[in-house]
Amino acid sequence: MFSPSSLEALRMDELGGLDSPLHRLDARAKAIVTIAFIAAVMSFPRYELSGLTPFFIYPIALLALGGIPPGFILRKILIAAPFAICIGLFNPMLDRHPLLLPGGYVVAAGWISFVSILVRFVLTVSVALVLVAGTGMHRLCAGLERIGLPRVFAVQLLFLYRYLFVVADEGLRMRRGMELRAAGSRAPGLRVYGSLLGHLLLRSLDRAHRIYAAMLARGFDGRIRTLQESKVHPADVLFTTGWIAFFVVARTWNLAEGLGFLLTGGGR
Amino acid sequence: MHMADALISPAVGGTMWAASAGLLAYCARKIQQTLDDRLVPLMGVLGAFIFAAQMINFSIPATGSSGHLGGGLILAVLLGPHAAFVVIASVLTVQALFFADGGLLALGCNIFNLGFFPAFIALPLIYRPIVRGAHSGARLWVGAMLAAVVGLQLGALAVVAETTLSGISELPFGNFVLLMQPIHLAIGVVEGLATAAVVAFVARVQPDALAMPSSSVDHHVRLRPVLVGLLIATVLIGGALSWFASSHPDGLEWSMGKVSGREELDAPAVGVHENAAKLQERTAFLPDYGFRATEPQSIEVAAAEEAEAWPAVSAGTTFSGIVGGALVMLLAGLIGYALRMRRAPA
Repeated sequence: MFSPSSLEALRMDELGGLDSPLHRLDARAKAIVTIAFIAAVMSFPRYELSGLTPFFIYPIALLALGGIPPGFILRKILIAAPFAICIGLFNPMLDRHPLLLPGGYVVAAGWISFVSILVRFVLTVSVALVLVAGTGMHRLCAGLERIGLPRVFAVQLLFLYRYLFVVADEGLRMRRGMELRAAGSRAPGLRVYGSLLGHLLLRSLDRAHRIYAAMLARGFDGRIRTLQESKVHPADVLFTTGWIAFFVVARTWNLAEGLGFLLTGGGR
Repeated sequence: MHMADALISPAVGGTMWAASAGLLAYCARKIQQTLDDRLVPLMGVLGAFIFAAQMINFSIPATGSSGHLGGGLILAVLLGPHAAFVVIASVLTVQALFFADGGLLALGCNIFNLGFFPAFIALPLIYRPIVRGAHSGARLWVGAMLAAVVGLQLGALAVVAETTLSGISELPFGNFVLLMQPIHLAIGVVEGLATAAVVAFVARVQPDALAMPSSSVDHHVRLRPVLVGLLIATVLIGGALSWFASSHPDGLEWSMGKVSGREELDAPAVGVHENAAKLQERTAFLPDYGFRATEPQSIEVAAAEEAEAWPAVSAGTTFSGIVGGALVMLLAGLIGYALRMRRAPA
C-alpha cells in the first residue's frame, strides 16, 4: 500500500546521492553481496537465533560506512513490520513443543521460531534499504543492467522512479481537494471515484505524451545513457569476496555460540 | 499480499525468481520487438499512476468500509499483457526497495503472484473474451469483476503454496487457504469495481485513450507464455501436493495428527527432499548446537513435519548462545561506531 510518505522516500534518494566509501563502491558489488546476504540468512533452520546475530554486523557496518542515519532505516522497518508479525504470530499458537530455556523457563517452541522470523525480517529488510540508500536508484539500475537485467526493465524502473513523485503529488492534491469539498464525509462513491481516478489517469497520460515529445526532441532512442565508467576497482573485489567469505563462515559455524562458550566455559 | 523475505526459503524464493526473471526477459524482448518507443514513457507514468491511485479511496457499496485500486488488472487492460507485466514488476521492485513492502528474495514470488495472473490469465482468458472491446455497460462490469477475482484468487493460492513450501511459517496449508481465499475474494470484488469504474469513465470521456500502442498489436492471445506460466505453477503446486501426499496421507488426518501429536514418522524419502535433507545435514556443521524439545518422544512428530530433526540442546548450549549473541550484537555496534568515527575526521 502506498501512503503519502513520498517525502520519506525522497530522502532515500538524497541519501543515495551522498558521497562516501560505501557510495563509491560499484553498484554490482553491493547488489551481489546483498543477495548473498539474504540467501544466507534465509537458509538457516527455523529455530535459529544466536547463529543469526553475527549477520547484524553487515548492515550496521554499511550504515556507518555510508553515513546513513540508522533511525531512518529503523522507522521504515517498523512501518513494514505488521505483515511478518501477523503471519509469524501463528507459530507460537500452532507449534507448542515445550522448550527448556536456561533458568528453568519452559516456552512453546513456536515463540523461538517467531522471534527467529522477526530477526530475519529486520535483517533482510534493512540490507535492502541500505542497498538503495547507499547506492542511489540511478547507479543501482545502471549496475543491474550490466549484470543482465533486461534493458526495458531497467529503463522502466528509472522512469517509474522519476515520475513517481510527480504523479503521486498530483493524486495527493486531488485527494486534498476532494476532502476539503466533502467536509468530513466518508470516501466518495464509485461514480465519483471513477471520474476522479479517470481524470488522474488522463492527466498522467497527457504528461506521458508531453514527456515523450520532449524526449524525442532531445534525441531519445529507447535507451538511457549513464556517465559512469564500468571499471571494477580492487576495493569492489575485496568488498564482495570479503563479505561473502564472512557469510559462509557465519553460516557454517555458529560464531555467537562459539564466543559464548569461550567466555562462559561451556555455560556452567 | 506482498510476501516478506522472512517467511520464504531460498529454494522457493530462487525458483520463483527464475520464473519471474524468465517471464520478464520474454516480455522485455516482446516489447522491444513491437517498439514503438512511445511505450517507454507511457509505462513509466502508468506505474507512477498506480502509486497515486492507491492514495484515493472509495466507499464500498452496502458496507461501511472503503477500498482502493490494486492496479494489476487496469494496467493489463491499458497496456496489454507484456508491457503490463513489466510495469507491475517495476512497481513491486520500487515498493520493495523504497517502502520495504515485500522482500528482495520474495520479489520473484511477488512479481509472479501479482503480475503473471492478471496479465497472462485474467486479461486474455477472462477480461477480453467477455468485454470484447465494449468498455461500457454490463459486459465491462462483469468482465472486470470476474477477471479481478480470478486473478487475485490464483495469486492468493500461490502465496499459500509458496509459504507452505518454504516451511518457515507453521500455518498448515488448509487453514492458510481458508484464511486467504475469502479475504482475497473481497479484495477481488473491490478491485473489479474500481477497475470497471475507471475504465468506464475513460471510455466515456476519451475513448481513444484506451487504444494504447501495444494493446492494438497483440489482440489475439499468445498461448506460449500462458502455457509456460501454467507449467511453472503446476510444477510448484504439484510439488507442494506431492510433498503432502508423501508424508501426510490425508490432509485432515495430518492436521489432526499434528494437533494431537500422534502421527507416525513417515519421512518423505524421495528425490529432492532426501537430497535437501542430506545437504542440510552436511551444511549444518554443528547440528548439536540448536534447540531440542525436552522430551525426545516428540521428535517423531517434528521429524514427520519435514526431514529436519530437532538437534540436541542443553540449557548450557542455549545459555552460551544467548551470551554469545548479545556479545556479537555489541561487537557489531562497536564496529559501526568505530567506522563512523574513522569517517568523521576524513
